[in-house]
Amino acid sequence: MRFLTFLTLTLLAFSAHAVLTVEITKGSSKATPIAIVPFGNTNGLPEDLQDIVSADLERSGLFRTTPKTDMLSFPTTQKEVYYRDWQRLGVSYVVIGGMTLQPDGRYNLRYELYDVLSGRQVFNANTMGALPQLRDIAHAVSDAVYEKITGIRGIFSTKMVYVEDLKVAGPGRFRLVYADIDGARERVLLASKLPVLSPSWSHRGDRIAYVSFETTRPAIYIMDPASGRKQQMTNFQGLNGAPAWSPDDSKLALVLSKDGNPEIYVMEIASKQLQRVTDHFGIDTEPNFSADGRSVVFTSSRGGSPQIYQVGLANGRPERLTFEGEYNARPRVTPDGKSLVMVHRENGIFHIASQDIKTGDMRILTETLLDESPSMAPNGAMLMYATQQQGKGVLGAVSMDAGVKFTMPSRQGDVREPAWSPFLK
Amino acid sequence: MLNTFKTLFTLIAVLGLLSGCSKNKAKTVTPAASTEAPAATGNTTSALRDAAMAAGNVFYFEFDSFVLTEQTRAALMAHAEYLKSEPRSIRLEGHADERGSREYNMALGEKRAAAVKDFLATQGVSSAVEVVSFGEEQAAEQGHAEASWSKNRRVELK
Repeated sequence: MRFLTFLTLTLLAFSAHAVLTVEITKGSSKATPIAIVPFGNTNGLPEDLQDIVSADLERSGLFRTTPKTDMLSFPTTQKEVYYRDWQRLGVSYVVIGGMTLQPDGRYNLRYELYDVLSGRQVFNANTMGALPQLRDIAHAVSDAVYEKITGIRGIFSTKMVYVEDLKVAGPGRFRLVYADIDGARERVLLASKLPVLSPSWSHRGDRIAYVSFETTRPAIYIMDPASGRKQQMTNFQGLNGAPAWSPDDSKLALVLSKDGNPEIYVMEIASKQLQRVTDHFGIDTEPNFSADGRSVVFTSSRGGSPQIYQVGLANGRPERLTFEGEYNARPRVTPDGKSLVMVHRENGIFHIASQDIKTGDMRILTETLLDESPSMAPNGAMLMYATQQQGKGVLGAVSMDAGVKFTMPSRQGDVREPAWSPFLK
Repeated sequence: MLNTFKTLFTLIAVLGLLSGCSKNKAKTVTPAASTEAPAATGNTTSALRDAAMAAGNVFYFEFDSFVLTEQTRAALMAHAEYLKSEPRSIRLEGHADERGSREYNMALGEKRAAAVKDFLATQGVSSAVEVVSFGEEQAAEQGHAEASWSKNRRVELK
């Protein structure tokens, strides 16, 4: 309990920077206890690196961090680490380090990870950056520590985009926002009087496709988030929606209704040439490429209610994948290509669920309200989604083992449609 | 409130009709049967407009459905008659409630607006019709229960 209070306080402390704040709603019982000791020579910096690393590891659900107030000492070098003290606190790992200001004005953080039980150093490393990159330095520490201990690549340096609706009519009501994955350092990529939706990252992470109504009709655009440069990709009568990138980023799967019904097409980005994929009088939408790029999963109402189908791009024969539940929509293929995550309705309640493509086994991951828009972390360990809290649209996150859950409410308006970036650089 | 407004509107329209009639009567002093015909058409058009107005320009749907209700069909017939007598280009905006996925709701709004367009066409309307779906992006009511959802699953004729 005391630990949770502490966590809320530290998270509120860094929330001063961000529109989104993090509230952990369910912790994991299997979490590994770890102490992130305040780094030496970091007093007075505009960011609290220890807080950022601790919050990162907490959000993963795999770690429980030791409150600063419980620590018996604040070692910054190996010889100051007394394993017995940390054992007494029940801590399995300790992270220490210290900052030096380089002659060129950059900050260099040396950091070290210790295994308390075996009483040895696991590894040490350095990470460097200018003043505006202090948060990047902290996230790099989180990534390295997480990977050393779990064997899974960390996602703390990744980004997200999401849609914000200020709910007040005006020229900037709908926004496409770019932010660190912890919600900090947000930047508005696009502000419009009319709806913006369906942001989708290219697999290289250098472009974002989305739908905007800025011309009073929906059209698909591609934007380079670094320069803000955008290009309109479609301008057809009717629907222009649901863009999704092929694994090699050369094509977009999308939805058009120019031929009479919402159908799936694949567009080659360079030539804008279209290949029609589906042909049915019902609704076909929300395409997502399989890992090998040879087929597309999509939502279709052809069976009477929305269900998920897969169609080979070579043969065009759709095959139904979901059979459980009265409503399954917006599939996303997980990074390993083996599962789908989707919006799933059971007994009138909308959940996020995952399904093993081969076996068809389905698992419900979230049990909040009106859950939608699941987006996977590139390491496959977590997903973000959109949900509602006290009548407001908020972002939620859940680990794939459903052991940890947190929400990211916004200070203003509704937030929705989170899109998790791939690994960057 | 809405009813009062409608009554008022009908009243004004009827007054308009009456004044139109009296003018025509004045004209018919000189016998010219030909002036009667366009006057009659004008009267019918305004009556048709009244009927279309009275039918409303928002049509509602069941959850995950783009089937036109009986009430909507009746209302659209009134609009069809008016549009045939006085053609103009129209825009049909389809909407969905917030439940379910956003792009599915975009497609649902499109199917709803298309169903209205097709029905008008079967009634002989040849106006240019633009169909735009906003999915769940522009709710008419902000609540998160059926009372609001039923108002948001709609097509607006503009």
